[in-house]
Amino acid sequence: MDQILDMLSTPLMQRGLLAALLVGIVAPVMGTFLVQRRLSLLGDGIGHVALTGVALGWLVGAAAGVTPVDALAVPGAVVAAVGGAVGIEIVRERGRTSADVALALLFYGGIAGGVIIIQLAGGQSSNLMAYLFGSISVVTTWDLVLTAVLALVVLGLGVGLRPALFTVSHDEEFARASGLPVRLLNVAIAVMAALTVTVAMRVVGLLLVSALMIVPVAVAQLLTRSFVTTMRLAIGIGVVACVVGLSATYWWDVSPGAMIVVLTIAAYAVVATLLPVLRGRQGRRDPHPDLPADVVLEG
Amino acid sequence: MPDTSTTSAAVPSGATAGSGPAATPVLDVRGLTTHLGGQQILGGVDLRIDRGEVVALLGTNGSGKSTLVRTLVRAVPASGGTVNVLGAPLGPRVPWHRIGYVPQRLGAAGGVPATVREIVISGLLGPRTLRKPRDWRARVDAALSEVGLLHRRDQAVSELSGGQQRRVLIARALVRDPELLILDEPVAGVDQPSQEAFARTMTALVARGVTVLVVLHELGELEHLITRTVVLRHGTVVHDGPAPRAARGHDDPDHDHEHAHGDPTLAPPAVVLTDHPFCEAD
Repeated sequence: MDQILDMLSTPLMQRGLLAALLVGIVAPVMGTFLVQRRLSLLGDGIGHVALTGVALGWLVGAAAGVTPVDALAVPGAVVAAVGGAVGIEIVRERGRTSADVALALLFYGGIAGGVIIIQLAGGQSSNLMAYLFGSISVVTTWDLVLTAVLALVVLGLGVGLRPALFTVSHDEEFARASGLPVRLLNVAIAVMAALTVTVAMRVVGLLLVSALMIVPVAVAQLLTRSFVTTMRLAIGIGVVACVVGLSATYWWDVSPGAMIVVLTIAAYAVVATLLPVLRGRQGRRDPHPDLPADVVLEG
Repeated sequence: MPDTSTTSAAVPSGATAGSGPAATPVLDVRGLTTHLGGQQILGGVDLRIDRGEVVALLGTNGSGKSTLVRTLVRAVPASGGTVNVLGAPLGPRVPWHRIGYVPQRLGAAGGVPATVREIVISGLLGPRTLRKPRDWRARVDAALSEVGLLHRRDQAVSELSGGQQRRVLIARALVRDPELLILDEPVAGVDQPSQEAFARTMTALVARGVTVLVVLHELGELEHLITRTVVLRHGTVVHDGPAPRAARGHDDPDHDHEHAHGDPTLAPPAVVLTDHPFCEAD
């Protein structure tokens, strides 16, 4: 108990836990829409592009002589991630077949670009490690404020426009026939996903940010039958995983991002294993008892 | 490419019922062509539908009937010709909130689960309605009652039968309280109870004066409602006129449509489409 109080009284952990809480809420909200759209890997693509943004921010920061040299890394990541996400959305809209190739190009271009640019800026590839794998020791108050503002934007749009975002994610053709501003909503989802990636970057790292968006939703949908409940349960799982996972790093010297993601995957394994046992009896029920039999079995 | 359909002058939205020849047609399609993957699917379709009509769009597989309705709701881009819907050219000026569209299938099956009610709620949204209106509960329940699925409200759609899922899509269109209903093969491969429920729903709608354009493989349970049939073949209209005469036994006014579609000699669907007396031979 004392140890927990100790942990909570450390400013570093306070900032880290607050950031983790925000990330635990926002990432699953966004992830629910992405899973619905079958774009589970979009967050990964955006994460890779954001790395180039981090490096670009670093380069600009070094050229302008700002201190610390990575002060512009997060803004750089925001700009690159939003640009990359909108780019993917445009490719997706043009034709679905080439969308996965476009994602692949973003993956590789993002990482390679990031490494080259960071070296041009006079840094080492190892400077990128904190962004790739997350590190709460780099969460400054300024980062926290930015994280909170971006999180509120994503949350406000994601929850406020949920029916419209659900409709366009569920059935784009119907959304268009209903007169919904389909392109605007699609771009909004892409931009929100990009903001989520940059929000979560500091806590879980760019390589694992997508996992925090997707895995809680994957766990939740094993247990639910409605979209709203899935989103709520995923938020719950995300928050618990983020706070518990980050707290664990206070005692064990492990990467917080990896810890958080391992927790969510453990949750998936447990639920997926226990579910058939729990549902054993229900499984044998006829799902359509009111439908008359259309074949008469003689004898 | 005929591009002369500027005749449909602007009409005040919410125009009252009236189907005189001078009234603006609900749907006015002229010379519509559509290409998909470099192939021409529709080759100059003309189609005019007036208020209160119930038009069946028939044709064999690949004749372009689904492409036609999907072009009308902008799911497929038109490559030529003009389309006016409720007095406005196809685009953002069309009063989309007055149109109900029922696609062939539930989109994005899988993904995240969604309840019947959540799917129907999405029908309440429109060009300026991105959030649920205040009276959404009552309206969703009314639409679900109309298709006989109120008791399934909180179930996941993936747990329903194919026919029930089709009824959910119909409820999603009805919840908009549409003036024009566009349905893409609403009964193809649907179980008998759902077909009958669908026919009852449509009867009530037609009595209310809703204009209907429905893609069908066979007239089936809807036969008595259809006021006109349009037959497509290879992307052009080959027949546009009164409903074909019913097959033997079906034209008796006392004939009740309770039977299952078992006897192929009574109503062979392929014959209705291809060897129909109104259809010109190739």
